[in-house]
Amino acid sequence: MNWQWFHRLGSPRWFYQKTSVLLPWLTFFTLAILLVGSVWGLAFAPADFKQGNSYRIIFLHVPAAFLSLAGYYVMAIAGAVGLIWRMKLAFVVMRSAAVIGAALTFLALISGAIWGKPTWGSWWVWDARITSMLVLFFLYLGVIALQEAYQSETTANNTSAILTLVGTVNIPIIYKSVDWWFTLHQPATLKLTQASTIHPSMLYPLLTMVVGFYLFYALALILYTRAEILKRECRTKWVAELCGVDVNNKISRA
Amino acid sequence: MKFQFQSLADLVAMSGHGPYVWACYGIGLLVVAYLLITPVRQKSKFIRQLRRQYAHQAAANGRVDSAP
Repeated sequence: MNWQWFHRLGSPRWFYQKTSVLLPWLTFFTLAILLVGSVWGLAFAPADFKQGNSYRIIFLHVPAAFLSLAGYYVMAIAGAVGLIWRMKLAFVVMRSAAVIGAALTFLALISGAIWGKPTWGSWWVWDARITSMLVLFFLYLGVIALQEAYQSETTANNTSAILTLVGTVNIPIIYKSVDWWFTLHQPATLKLTQASTIHPSMLYPLLTMVVGFYLFYALALILYTRAEILKRECRTKWVAELCGVDVNNKISRA
Repeated sequence: MKFQFQSLADLVAMSGHGPYVWACYGIGLLVVAYLLITPVRQKSKFIRQLRRQYAHQAAANGRVDSAP
């Protein structure tokens, strides 16, 4: 098997140049789909017969929660790849994923709290799903903090990659929390293997938002990774050329 | 598919749930904007910094060249 693509994937320069072409398209589609999904969910989907209009928070809350979990896999896989193959780019991706994951988990928690007030009559309950999501938020913050805690970059990368892998144990707990424990949180709305418990008129805008959030996650991850790549590669010729500096001219004068 | 509200004011009020729903979407917009703007600003700030550094170096080299 040809593994060349895998090694090329590890090259920051290759990543930077490939994503330059992709970015305008990705930005356009992400923002368009998020806009369509939000307007659809806020104004055109029918109101819920039990929860009224407050349920419209679902179009934001569920995609954010999805991506906070999917983002943890991205971070854990990147950490594992970095540990095993010593790939430069993998740790950069891991670090970017930690920041984005923390922000999306925060969004899922806060939109859940605001939704809880009119629905359950309380901003916060120490319920299994919510508590395990809070643990997820702290795991993300822990990875960010560990990165800053060490002088040596290698130690920082290795330690936070290990924390990331250990924290993976929380993910199935979050998924199953609504089934294992008696909880206030409603069970999963979207299911892969069975019919979803939601009417198509609400399902389609929700799926639109989920797709929009996946694209948004990819976009944010690429943007963060690119910024980080430039910083790490600042002494290379290609970055100098990117800044409009004629390296050859400089060398001949020096 | 039809517009679910009588008027725009009705859409804003959402039969009493307006503040909750709009607060969520407001925070959502802030989070999305933050995650897109931060890396772009970081990048352009870094490129400016690097350009200044190169210009500084070039100037220093120039002084060496012109020295007798």
